[in-house]
Amino acid sequence: MYNVKVYVTYKESILDPQGEAVRGAVHRMGYDEIDAIRMGKYFEIKVQERDERSVEDVIETVCDKLLANVVMETYRYEIEKVKETV
Amino acid sequence: MRFAVIQFPGSNCDVDLLHAIKDGTGEEAEYVPHTADSLDGFDGVLLPGGFSYGDYLRSGAISRFSNVMSEVKRFAEDGKPVFGTCNGFQILVEAGLLPGALQRNKQLHFICKPTELKVANNTTRFTSEYAKDEQLTIPIAHGEGNYYCDDETLKELETNNQIVFTYASENPNGSVADIAGIINKKGNVLGMMPHPERAVEDLLGSSDGLRFFQSMVKNFAKETADV
Repeated sequence: MYNVKVYVTYKESILDPQGEAVRGAVHRMGYDEIDAIRMGKYFEIKVQERDERSVEDVIETVCDKLLANVVMETYRYEIEKVKETV
Repeated sequence: MRFAVIQFPGSNCDVDLLHAIKDGTGEEAEYVPHTADSLDGFDGVLLPGGFSYGDYLRSGAISRFSNVMSEVKRFAEDGKPVFGTCNGFQILVEAGLLPGALQRNKQLHFICKPTELKVANNTTRFTSEYAKDEQLTIPIAHGEGNYYCDDETLKELETNNQIVFTYASENPNGSVADIAGIINKKGNVLGMMPHPERAVEDLLGSSDGLRFFQSMVKNFAKETADV
């Protein structure tokens, strides 16, 4: 069993109005040292596959087709092997 | 002409579309559930506005995988007319039937008001009853209507005359090149953020949307007469 953490964010070139709004609020809190905030989505996915390679294939397909809209978003993921939970 | 109005869980402009067709154009229209396996017997498909599947993940992202969508894709591939308004437009881009994507409005607000549209292309089967560059008053109601595509796609849209509607006075949501509605290369799939179905009688503030549906009907009649 594998545990996969997927992070979906807007591409660098895309304006992230929610991130901008949060940054505005953070500045109003007085934290001017915070330069930029990009907001995104986070998924935790459990996959039953034999090897890491197959997990990558599954995750990339799911990300390309559903979790991210690759026209405006990009994603990255981390794979971690976990013990089977019964 | 017989229209299918697809109902997804969370659609809320389905009644308006049915009304626009039945009472506006006098043609036939029926609701078709998202679970349907077939669009046999229909001459046009309409994807309504709303918040299908609660807009979870991204607007239109889940609906795209609902059962009826493979039929809608096939219908489109056969060259038959498919129209999506608002959430319907979002579903069409998520399904890859139209290029680009719809992002959160620039200023984050949900905007609901009449807008001035310009008919940028009146040579489509959806807009032939309008004059070129004619200005229309059609309402918008969306939180994620900020059309985005990369420069290459935009160039392609412009070259192929695929930009059908643009915002005429002010751009309400930050969309690229003031785009309000686009059509596919083949000319049978159109998506737009504004709601022509909410502007089919003067009592509602505008009847500028009526000729959109009348164009669809007239062009269908022309095509079937030619066969």
